[in-house]
Amino acid sequence: MTASVLYDAPGPRTRLRNRIYTVVGSLALAGLLVFFAMRLNSKGEFKSYMWDLFQYAGVQQQITDGVVATLKAFALAAVFSLLLATVFAAGRLSDHKPVRIAASAAVEFFRALPLIIMIYLLWATVFEPFWALVIGLTLYNGSVQAEIFRAGINSVPKGQSEAAYALGMRKTQVMLTILVPQAVRAMLPSIISQLVVTLKDTSLGYLIAYTELLYVGRILAGNTPTLGNYPYFQVLLVIGTIYIAMCMLLSAVATWVEKRARRSPKGAPPATPEAEALVATAE
Amino acid sequence: MNVLVDNFALFRQGFFGTLSLTGASAVLALLLGVLIAAFRVSPVPPLRAFGTLWVTLLRNTPLTLLFLVATFIVPEVLTTGLSSYQLAVLALGFYTSAFVCEAVRSGVNTVPLGQAEAARSIGMTFTQILRLIILPQAARTVIAPVGSLMIALTKNSAIAGAFSVTELFSTQKLLSDQGLNLTVIFIWIALAYLIITFAISGLFRLLENRLAVAR
Amino acid sequence: MNIRKSAAAGLVVLALTASATACGGKEGTPTAPGAKPTTGADAPKLPTYTPKTGVTLDSAVLKKAQQRGKLVIGVKSDQPFLGFQPPGSNDRNGFDIEIAKMVAADLGFGPDKIEWKTFDSSLRVPAIKKGDADYYVGTFTINDARKKDISFAGPYYIAGQDLLVAKSNTDITGPDSLKGKKVCSITGSTPLERIKDPKYGAVVNALGKYSDCVQQLQTGQVDAVTTDDAILKGYAAQAPGKFRVVGKQFSQEPYGVGLAHDDKALRDAISDALKAHQDNGDYKKAYDATLGLSGAPYTAPPALDRY
Repeated sequence: MTASVLYDAPGPRTRLRNRIYTVVGSLALAGLLVFFAMRLNSKGEFKSYMWDLFQYAGVQQQITDGVVATLKAFALAAVFSLLLATVFAAGRLSDHKPVRIAASAAVEFFRALPLIIMIYLLWATVFEPFWALVIGLTLYNGSVQAEIFRAGINSVPKGQSEAAYALGMRKTQVMLTILVPQAVRAMLPSIISQLVVTLKDTSLGYLIAYTELLYVGRILAGNTPTLGNYPYFQVLLVIGTIYIAMCMLLSAVATWVEKRARRSPKGAPPATPEAEALVATAE
Repeated sequence: MNVLVDNFALFRQGFFGTLSLTGASAVLALLLGVLIAAFRVSPVPPLRAFGTLWVTLLRNTPLTLLFLVATFIVPEVLTTGLSSYQLAVLALGFYTSAFVCEAVRSGVNTVPLGQAEAARSIGMTFTQILRLIILPQAARTVIAPVGSLMIALTKNSAIAGAFSVTELFSTQKLLSDQGLNLTVIFIWIALAYLIITFAISGLFRLLENRLAVAR
Repeated sequence: MNIRKSAAAGLVVLALTASATACGGKEGTPTAPGAKPTTGADAPKLPTYTPKTGVTLDSAVLKKAQQRGKLVIGVKSDQPFLGFQPPGSNDRNGFDIEIAKMVAADLGFGPDKIEWKTFDSSLRVPAIKKGDADYYVGTFTINDARKKDISFAGPYYIAGQDLLVAKSNTDITGPDSLKGKKVCSITGSTPLERIKDPKYGAVVNALGKYSDCVQQLQTGQVDAVTTDDAILKGYAAQAPGKFRVVGKQFSQEPYGVGLAHDDKALRDAISDALKAHQDNGDYKKAYDATLGLSGAPYTAPPALDRY
């Protein structure tokens, strides 16, 4: 174990104690697992006929279609929200007061509203489910990403932009060549976490009848009674696994990108505590 | 204005519903989050593994899916005695706890190693180090992220409206079912959320300032 | 960190196996007993409807549908014998679906020219209002609050609110025995609003799908499910020996075809279609081959309310 701020290197007694805790802890965890498994088993959730539905080509096709629909909404929302975030962040960092105020108001408003309410309103008034979902996700995540961008740009040491201005660079030049590249690298973990949130939030589409993965799951669970039992557990397990796999894959890709960025000759600025803290907050 | 006045009782119910749901889930999330963070930094491997698993699973699962688990699987496996409000608190609290855990953990990690070493070398005990050295410093970095987590929790609580809990989103749906103008309802609902979220960010800014003075 | 990595690896493997198995799957759909019409020599057969040709109507909705070459019909997908989507397929079956089809035929659209769209109860009115569906057929109770936003053709069937309980349950005998009991109903439906009345004293759970409520009854999270008897009978028939319908109706739910508020031409055309198919026997045939299979005896259709 690496050195921790909390604990000293363990002595013989501590090592013994930790070993006892390890055994007790493992037993407790195993016990918990067995308890859940037994409860589920007693309700017949592991009977093979409850899992039968996943063997049908039609069902597999529907799940695949659901994944595709989820990814489609995510891809568009991710791109649009990053674009919107750029606009909002530029607005908030603008030299013109009215622009600053307008951008701040928009960001604060969209950030304060529950996404589900926004999506419902967009759907119920104008848009078809797909666009209501994409636009809702874009507005909300765009605002959150804008704040991340802004924090990133503010985290670049002041001396950098001062030096650039002293060289006679314009504001746009300073932004594009000095601040943004460093900010993006510093904030990449936060940006990624927020993208994972965007991916998860596509599941709100089921409330407005967009046929994404969760919606498909709900139909499958509700419409496949087998001897009077509904496969809610089975479907939730499968759908949940797919979601977790997609999110972790996204995080893994992002981590890889981040590592490559850090290897670049320019090097990434050391993450400030504020930046670190923001990483933990992605909503 | 009429929409608000005529349906004031419904709006009030929704407002206090959201408030109480957020409050109860926040308490659960903070307690669980700190506990799991303690697991994740503990020297006992199975606890660390449990903490990692907890955070990984809950952070990568859509909240709606957790609501479905709370509504359909918890009654089956644990007990049928919980109300939909209690189930919603479970879903929201568990989900948010994973994020709280990460915020607390990174807060603890920002305390330089030398501080604890210095404290140990003058003979402080573990609890003393935790209480006097680490937690006060970690708290300062943790306050801001936890504040925005609580705001996120407020907004996330709207999903409970689709699972039989009376709060602002369910009020909105109820009123729009009655054929009232959706945009007007929306404005009042949005205002209610703005009040709550601004109150929370104000509260946390206050806390931050308090702690900053102590520096 | 290692655990995280191996957990990730495990999940990826799981996902891969899931997608790998997708290559060779069973044909057909998982059995949903009772959901599909029983086959056999003397089993009731669904009628077929010949689409009319050259339909012209002073209806904005219909003109748009004709331009697009498809009729978009809003339906339910989770009501056995009424509006049901067998898992793993995009087909629909049930009594409401048949009603939708006979109307579509008279508007000039055969089954291959229909696009089904599922809207759960709470989404119906906004969906019709903004034109997401040309018309809606799905246990849609005609009432005045809804008539403010949309209009109805019909009624084509009269259901009544009833209760579904576990077979072994003997203390729930009707709406008056619900004091302190947990009862589930569906958001955006009229039975939900009724059961909330304090005079029943029930603890009400409101969920999005009918199957959600039935699943909660199954786990024991609620003591009863309340909605229209036609829907409940379907669920009781789908799980023989598990549930029973109490059989004490405490409301009248006239079902109508929901459509845009100001499209009188379309409303009249739908009413005409309903009348024509009631008169030529299609209505009864459709009933016997769908809702009738859940054990609800046939009753003559109610008089249409043309307004």
